[in-house]
Formats: sequence, C-alpha cells, structure tokens
Amino acid sequence: MSDTSHLHGAEFLKSQTAGLSEPAGSKALGESTERSAKQVREMAATIPQWQDWREAAHRIKRYAVAHLDKLLAEFERNISVRGVTVLYAADAAEANRLVIQIAQEHGVKRVVKSKTMVSEEMELNHALADVGVTALETDLGEYLVQLAGQRPTHIVTPALHLSAEDCGRLFADKLDEPYTAEHKALTDIARRHLREEYLRADMGVSGVNFAVAETGTIAIVENEGNAGLSTSAPPVHVALMGIEKVIPRIEHLPVFLNLLGRSGTGQKLTSYTHLIHGATPGKKMYVIILDNGRTRALADPKTRVALACIRCGSCLNNCPVYRRVGGWAYGWVYPGPIGSIITPQLVGLEKAGKLPFASSLCGACAEACPVKIDIAHQLVYLRHRAAKEPSPVRSMAERLMWKSWAWSMSGPLRYWLTMTAVRIGVRLAKFLPWHPLQLGAWTRGRELPRVPKATFRGNWRHNEK
Amino acid sequence: MIKLTNHSPPVWEYPKYEPGEPVGLFIPCYIDQFFPASGEATVELLRRQNVPVEYPKEQTCCGQPAFNSGYWDEARRVVRHFCDTFEPYRWIVGPSGSCTAMCRVFFEQVDPDPRIVEIGRRVVELTEFLVNVLGVTDTGARYPHKVALHIGCHTRRELGVVDPPMTLLRSIRDLEYHELPNMEECCGFGGTFSVKMAGTSLAMGRTKVENLAKCGADVLVSPDTSCLMHIEGLLRRDPATRHIQTKHLAEILVADE
Repeated sequence: MSDTSHLHGAEFLKSQTAGLSEPAGSKALGESTERSAKQVREMAATIPQWQDWREAAHRIKRYAVAHLDKLLAEFERNISVRGVTVLYAADAAEANRLVIQIAQEHGVKRVVKSKTMVSEEMELNHALADVGVTALETDLGEYLVQLAGQRPTHIVTPALHLSAEDCGRLFADKLDEPYTAEHKALTDIARRHLREEYLRADMGVSGVNFAVAETGTIAIVENEGNAGLSTSAPPVHVALMGIEKVIPRIEHLPVFLNLLGRSGTGQKLTSYTHLIHGATPGKKMYVIILDNGRTRALADPKTRVALACIRCGSCLNNCPVYRRVGGWAYGWVYPGPIGSIITPQLVGLEKAGKLPFASSLCGACAEACPVKIDIAHQLVYLRHRAAKEPSPVRSMAERLMWKSWAWSMSGPLRYWLTMTAVRIGVRLAKFLPWHPLQLGAWTRGRELPRVPKATFRGNWRHNEK
Repeated sequence: MIKLTNHSPPVWEYPKYEPGEPVGLFIPCYIDQFFPASGEATVELLRRQNVPVEYPKEQTCCGQPAFNSGYWDEARRVVRHFCDTFEPYRWIVGPSGSCTAMCRVFFEQVDPDPRIVEIGRRVVELTEFLVNVLGVTDTGARYPHKVALHIGCHTRRELGVVDPPMTLLRSIRDLEYHELPNMEECCGFGGTFSVKMAGTSLAMGRTKVENLAKCGADVLVSPDTSCLMHIEGLLRRDPATRHIQTKHLAEILVADE
C-alpha cells in the first residue's frame, strides 16, 4: 500500500477507488478480520438476549434519528448549564474554523487527540498545521498511522495493515529508538513518547461515542487510557461529534456499551468508559456538533437508518470485500460496507457513486451489525440512485443495455430469441482470440458454463406432450 | 402468502399446503439454459412427494440482474411479467435461493404494488418447501461420494434457509460429508459484481476453491446454481481442481447410486 498522506478529500477518493475491483491483497488483513469476526460471532452466540439487544439499540437509534431537532437542543441545554460551550458546524470547513478559533483564543500551540473519526472527515490535523498548531494522535493505532504519514485502514483498528515489524522499523526511523518487534517493548516506547505530550499539550481533542440528551453527558469508550488523558490533562477540551451521536436517555446507554465493545473488539466492555458531564474544574470544554452531509442521509427516509451506525467496525471485519481490498481502496474516511453507504451520502454520489457497487450483496455486514442497519439493502438502493443521479457509474450505454434486457425478458418468444443468441455466443466464445468487456472480465479467471444440448423448457415440452 | 415474523435473522411463517395443490414451477433463466438437470431433479423431487407440478411457459427471469445493478425501472418491467405469469399459483417453487430472495424480499422495493408484493411472497426455495412446508426430512437418496455443501448468501441471510439443505443432505445414504471451512463467507459471485469488480470477485472465489480443495470433497452441492456457475468456472480453470464436480443439491437428492 502506498503513502497517501498527500491526498486530500475528494482527490483521494478519485484516485483510490480503483483498488475496489483489483485488490492489492493482504493476507494478514484477511486473516485478522476473519479471526475477530469469528470471535464476535462466538461470543454473541453465548448471549441469549443478543438479538433483543440489537433490536432495542436499533429502535432507540431510529427514534433518536427521527427526533434530532429536539434531542440535540435538549443535550445542548443540559450540558451547557455546566459551563460547556456547544457549537454547531454545517460542514468540515466550518468545524475546522471553530476549532482554530478556540485554539487561537486560548493560545494553543500543541494539541493531543484521542480517536475521533469526525476529525478525519474534517482533516483537522492539516487545518491545524496550516495555522501553526501541532496535532498529535494518541490512540496507538492512529499514532502509528500518523508517524507513517498514512491514513487509517480501519475505523476501530487504524493500523491493522502494519505488522509488529513495521512498527519497530517505524519507531527506529522516526523516534530514533532501537529496533524491536516485541509487542510490549513497542507499546512501552509509544507510551514513553506520548506521556510527555499530554502534559505539554495546550488542548485535547476527542470524539464522542454517545451524547445523552437527558443528562447532557458525553460517553467515550477506549482501551488505552489516552482518551481519559487527552480530555482531562490539557486546559482545554474540544469534543467533536456528528449530529447522529445523540441518544435520548442515560438508561439507553448500557445496551449500546454492551453491543459496542463486543462488536468492535470482542470485549464485554472496553477497558475505559468515560462519562463526561463538563470540564475538569478550572478548565474549559467545548462540544462541536457537525452535520457535514448527515442531513442529506436524513432527508431520504430510505437511507436515514445509516445514521444509526455506532462505528464498531464489525461490518468491516465481516465483509469479504473489505478483507481483500483493505481500507484505503474505499478512498475516504469510512471504509467497508458502512463506508459504502455513508460516504456517498456525506460527500455525494457524484464523487462516491461507485462505492455501493463494491459488494457482492452477501449481507454478512447486516447480519453482524449490532444496530441492525440493513446495509446490503441500503447498498442496492444507493446503486439505484447512483444509476439515476449524477455519478461516475451513471451511463447511457448501460441504461440502454438494461432496457433491451428488460424488453427481451418480458415475453417468452423474445426470451427464446435472446437466450438462443446467448447460447450461441457462449459456444463460440472459446474460438475468439480475445474476450471483450464483461465476457473478458468473466473468462480472465473462470471458464464459461458448458452449454447443454437442450434447455429445461425444451425438454419439458418434449416430455409433457 | 408467506409472512416475515422476524427480519434479522429472518423467520417466516408459511401457509398450510393442501394435498394435491399444484405448484407453479419457477426455473430461473440460467438454470433453464445452462443447467436443465437441476430443474429436472426439482420436478422429480416434487412429484415423489405427490405434488402436482405445472410449468408456466411464459416465464423468463425474476429481474434480479437489473435490480442489483441499480436499474430498478427496467427490473420492474420484468418483475411484473413474472407476477403476471405466476399469478394463478398459490405456491411458486424454484431451485434457487437467490431468485427466491429476489421475489420474496426485494419485489416490494422495486414495486410496492400490493399485488406484486403478495405474489413475490408466494415464492419458496425448493429445500425450504420440502422441509419447512411439507415436513420432508429424507428423500430416500443414496449417493456414495465425498460431498461438501455451499449455501448461497441470499439463501442463508435473506431467506435464513440454512437448516433445510443441511437436513436433506444428512439424510442421504452412504454420503461422506466434508464441511467446507469458513462456509459462511461469500463465494464472490454476486451477479454483475462478478464482472464489475472481477478482480475482487475472483479473489473471493479462489479462497472458496482453496477451502474446497482443502476439505477433501469431490463434489460441491448447493441450493444455488448461480454460485456454482462461478465456482465451477474457477475449478475448471485450474488442473489441480478440475476433478471436483459441482451439482445442484436436488440432483443428489434424487440419486440412487
């Protein structure tokens, strides 16, 4: 996989989606995702109420997504009474402006970040660098990816593509550490370098897993302690969240915590669950709530359910396509099946219309999804929209092809004529020196089916006489 | 009409089959043209259960290729033709889980007309009909071969039909069952996906073939001929796997070797 740090946003998207059809192939990625998917399945099988949890989480999210106006206002009211400033951003650019404004107000030079996918959407690190503020990723995976000058390949385990050896070389190269591929030694190195940074930082930036409207609480789950430090050690904390992160009541939180840890990493609960109600005494806290295309998904009743996603990464781990193409092939922040349904809505079908086609529609994603998003059905629906609306896959030639197909499948005589032609074509194909288009795509790795002497209907007519 | 009582995993409630009721036989286009033996084994299986089989000659395709490609307006025309053809039958039985899922699950997305949705909900996959509707658990077959089973993803996840093919396969005398490792993973066919994203489709197919070779089976059976068309194509391309045969499950359920 190549270095992609120089590519931004849509440019990245355009240059990378070729990898969807011609996988670079990383055996390690396939094996580790398969292993973790299996682990989650086996764990879920031991929990009798697993399906009930999924259904409950689905319903809570559907309700929340349908009542965002009310719930966001309630969340804002309840957290701001404790001195937290809540700001809204329509898009990534506005969110970046807000973060920069806060940074400048507080004279911030150094930022520590815990995991936030929203900041990846914003390309916040670049925006901060442009105004002379250094942002350091503190999640181990994100830290590795940042050191390597790459992008995450997975939403939960960003450095899934790096082996321990890769990490050892990276630390030797960038941090002047003696080479090691031993796991504990590697984490010790990272810890030593990161610990100092929390104390030196002027501002901490985090994501939000859930925002509870009733109590004005933000919940952050993590395993490394870095989110706890990033949100409490520096004098200023900025939490970034998409509008869809809000849930109505605190009693709704446990079902999500139960599902998220298990689906994401196979843990009963993540090592740390932070419930933050306001700033640490003497410090300042901001929450920035971002739309960035989410209301586009909200506007279509058929796609709205995509906003229920809790970013567990389970659909990635279960996806046979993701396992083979890796995260970068999807060209933007969110890879895998969930990326294929939310990216086209966040950045528009005209840029990302190809993504919904990166699926065999096997449905392993929907089966694994802890909040029961019908991802496979969403993919087909977005294909339908991509074929109609301006997108890289909309093609007059293909529409004409399907129109003539529909004509030929709408009557037995036409069917017979078309199929006879197909049978002759398949028979003759082996004599062709070169196979064009779809035929070539099939035969580059597969034989065509053998053509039998008679068809089923031919035999039926003969036998039933 | 078949009712959905739970959607993930799907659970269906079937009406009662009245003895002597004719079924409309739905033979998907690629089976009609390239795999007639699967269709003929289907007829044989149904007749052995004293189910009168009628084959409406007007039938063509269920519309799935255009639907999955995003061309829903074009798919709708074919879906309507399907419904016009099969309207007289309370039961529509076909030897393909994928096409059954198109009718039962996806017709309503293409065309919410209640008539279309209702006819789509009458379509039953063959092994599902035998086991879940008729209560058959043994077809009396004998097949002394090493056999692995592949269940297509639409059969497995859209219809939730996993036990019926398994139950019937287990009833076959002298059959040596070899479990396909990682059998839940997609084989990579995916309809037009196989040619639109050919490299990825082939990579998935190769994994399936490797697992098949590893498990030691000589025959791969499935309630889904479309997956088999892709897997067979891969098997025949490589001299090391050319000896492995693929067959629709129905073909070995009528075998007496």
